[in-house]
Amino acid sequence: MNLLLQGVAGTLILIGSLFLFLGALGVYRFPDVYNRLQAGTKSTTLGALSLILGVGLAEPAWLPKALVLMLFILLTNPVSSHAIGRASYKSGYPLWEGSIVDHCQEHDACKGGGEA
Amino acid sequence: MAHRIGQFLFTALVLFGLWLLFTGTLDPQETAVGALLAAGIALFTHRRFTRGGLQNLAPGRLLCLLAYLPFFTWQMIKANLDVAYRALHPRMPLNPGIVRVKTRMTSDIGKMAVANSITLTPGTLTLEVDDDTLYIHWIDVRSTDPEEARRLIPGVFEPCLKRIFP
Repeated sequence: MNLLLQGVAGTLILIGSLFLFLGALGVYRFPDVYNRLQAGTKSTTLGALSLILGVGLAEPAWLPKALVLMLFILLTNPVSSHAIGRASYKSGYPLWEGSIVDHCQEHDACKGGGEA
Repeated sequence: MAHRIGQFLFTALVLFGLWLLFTGTLDPQETAVGALLAAGIALFTHRRFTRGGLQNLAPGRLLCLLAYLPFFTWQMIKANLDVAYRALHPRMPLNPGIVRVKTRMTSDIGKMAVANSITLTPGTLTLEVDDDTLYIHWIDVRSTDPEEARRLIPGVFEPCLKRIFP
């Protein structure tokens, strides 16, 4: 039973690290800030969740704390990515030239310079 | 007044639950301090912390939340496999753009839940929120028509989120 738990924990940690690596690869390869954020957000969230859960299972005394950490990462990670993406757009970082549509362009709320 | 008490109780319960998880013990002394602190902090913060109060714990909403979690986890795994595929593919199949979609959520917290869910799930990132309009960066734009995009992106989450955050 204990061995099984350790195996599951190790697998989760491995999967988490793998997703974090793939996310880093995406950040390195993707062409513009928005696509890079996509890679960054998704893989850091699931990667970190999987890794923390693995640590929590490997060391059951830490499991409750691990669960709280997972909850906070889940709540805050997308918010920070949204803030970075929004700030980039307002500061005028262009979309990659291969992008096919930009509905934000003609809309006031997306323009930079305002307070918001 | 009853409403304020509900808000206070809900805030204190959440804080106390977090305390229990953080300390990881049911030792009477620790628990007592935690209960005191939770009550004290809730006394000052309950009006900012929650609007609905104890209604947040209604069984229907909790059940919906429980049902939403596995669905959401699955969406998140798909999102990661999708990013991994694009990052590993030699030619990087990207077809990005920013599309406008309307959300049906009306409350602020509901909009936040939809925006967060969108950000964490396949190929989409919420860039801007303006009233009920979301501007979403889509890594693989499959439709530029707002109605069709609405069905493809927030439409997936809204039926359930609408019940959790009415």
